[in-house]
Amino acid sequence: MAELLVWPALLAYGEAAVAYAGNARNPGGLGRLATWGVRLGWLAQTALLIVQAADAGGFPWNTWAGSLNLFVWLVVSAYLIWGCSARYRLLGLGVMPLAAALLAVSYAAGGTDDSSGAAWGDVVLVLHIALVLVSFAGFTVAGGLAALELWQERVLKSHPAGLLRQRVPSLLALDRLTVTTVAVSMAALSAGIVPGLARLPDRGLDVLIAGTVVLWALGASILYLRVRAGRRELAATLALGGVAAVIVLQLGLLFAHVA
Amino acid sequence: MRLLVVGTSHRLAPVEVRERVALDGEGEAALAHRLGDSGEAVCLSTCNRTELYLAAADTGTAGDRATEALADLGRISRADLEPYLYRLEQESAATHLFRVAAGLDSLVPGEGEIQGQVRSAYERGAVGPLLDRLFRQALHTGKRVRTETAIGESPASVASAAAALAAQVFGDLSGRRIVVIGAGKVGELAARNLVSRGAQLSFVANRTVDRASSLADRFGGEALPLDRVDEELAAADIVVSSTAARDLVLDRGQIERALEGRKGRPLLLVDLAVPRDIDPAAKDLQGCFLYDIDDLQSVVEETLTGRREEAIRAEEIVAGEGERFNAWLASLESVPAIASLRERAEAIRRGELAKAAPRLVGLSERERHAVESVTNQIVNKLLHQPIMRLKEAGLGDEDDRGAPQGRLEG
Repeated sequence: MAELLVWPALLAYGEAAVAYAGNARNPGGLGRLATWGVRLGWLAQTALLIVQAADAGGFPWNTWAGSLNLFVWLVVSAYLIWGCSARYRLLGLGVMPLAAALLAVSYAAGGTDDSSGAAWGDVVLVLHIALVLVSFAGFTVAGGLAALELWQERVLKSHPAGLLRQRVPSLLALDRLTVTTVAVSMAALSAGIVPGLARLPDRGLDVLIAGTVVLWALGASILYLRVRAGRRELAATLALGGVAAVIVLQLGLLFAHVA
Repeated sequence: MRLLVVGTSHRLAPVEVRERVALDGEGEAALAHRLGDSGEAVCLSTCNRTELYLAAADTGTAGDRATEALADLGRISRADLEPYLYRLEQESAATHLFRVAAGLDSLVPGEGEIQGQVRSAYERGAVGPLLDRLFRQALHTGKRVRTETAIGESPASVASAAAALAAQVFGDLSGRRIVVIGAGKVGELAARNLVSRGAQLSFVANRTVDRASSLADRFGGEALPLDRVDEELAAADIVVSSTAARDLVLDRGQIERALEGRKGRPLLLVDLAVPRDIDPAAKDLQGCFLYDIDDLQSVVEETLTGRREEAIRAEEIVAGEGERFNAWLASLESVPAIASLRERAEAIRRGELAKAAPRLVGLSERERHAVESVTNQIVNKLLHQPIMRLKEAGLGDEDDRGAPQGRLEG
């Protein structure tokens, strides 16, 4: 059953990625096709996750590939909050190819199978994985928003004649969203670290835990720089660093920490 | 009833002619009702056009009356006025109105004001079924063009480009504080555009405070002398400068001080003066966006090019709507023929059933109902193809229209 759902999700995400690319070259009807690709893909992947959860009789995303599957769903969910509006289509150009590629990797690595996972009763583990993945997804989307903000800043500074022709959110809207997304991600990461600490005596400290702490420090720095020091550009640049940190942590998960 | 438009616009007539045949709202209504006494009439008058839309059985006479009315209005002889007039009929008249409502016939392609002017003219007119359908579809076409293309989104003047830029930086301009330096017409236009988007005029700074007061009063702001502008810069979000000063009014140092303590809140500086009022070196400052008149003019030129590109897509929408109206117009012409054909067939059916009545006496109610139903179905099936042909002929060339009807009824 899961096999039947992963293909529509992959196809729809792929279609959205291609349509976003086409829309960036020639804005128009392709943007709507892209939005429908995101919506349909998200629905298919949601169904896939439900089937996985039902079949596994436990938390099926405690493997690296499984967590990647859930991570993709969280990223697309976060993107869907604003992604359906025309002004955020450039963000989709960054998010959807990534989502399609990561879902394909997850599928190839068995993350979309009907495999059994950790028991639901292991609340600490389930909470730890879910909250940390929520924060990773948040940092990824915040990075995308920050990239769009820095690009928008460059465009506004360089005065190209066509600067009003590209439909993008305003600079301050991007600034607010980046900071809000980082704040939500920080809350999820902080809440996710606590159950992780409960498991620390059994698992011991590893590089990934250290990396997660670095990500937390990075998020705290972004919030401090933006909210207290008013350093908007520097905060946005650091938010880009957040994406790099998430990529490193995700790759690290492949080799260590999670089964 | 046939459709006709007689009118003049900026494409044919200079302003000296247009102003003579221009009408206010009451004049539009009065003329429409006068011309509509023997049919339907709507009068559309804007600064760029005066047009009379008429639905009449005899378009020749109606057109002559409309031309006379315009000549009387402008106190010009008919012979002098006619070179500036156009006269379009049926689908050409409909497509013309659809282009007008979409802003495609405007001086600035895609300008949005015309949609409201068409609506007002329609509401003031003497409308019947034909003009009602025409104007409702024209308004629908205008709406489609504005929602399905970006023709009306981009600014068409330096002042509106400044407001669009402010929206690009701040998003919603509600509550954003504007400081205007110089109390001239250019600054006023920019301020008006910004205020219309929700921004708030805080101060007008000028060498002579009296002139500043007059502008500030109109927008609910305060006036101050030019040498005190520094004090208000820190709280401003948007500064518009357009003085006639020979030297810089704001130097980099002043702007740098204004940027301190803003906590990342950007400052948009719009310099509309020549020579420039604001130090160009300020554009390198973080959080400061400085635009001069050349920057804004190139934005406007680019967006006008964009509007012309969007106009191609808009023309496709107009053409589609024109075809739809044409089909409706044609279907109107075939309605009487279809109705008469149906009546004739129904009469034959009833006559034949009446003749056969003595032989049907022994039938039960259910069997009688079945006979009714079967004869109805036979008539409908026989009529299906002729009716379709009539409808198709209605959509074809006018010269062809009589032929199928004659063939069917002959």
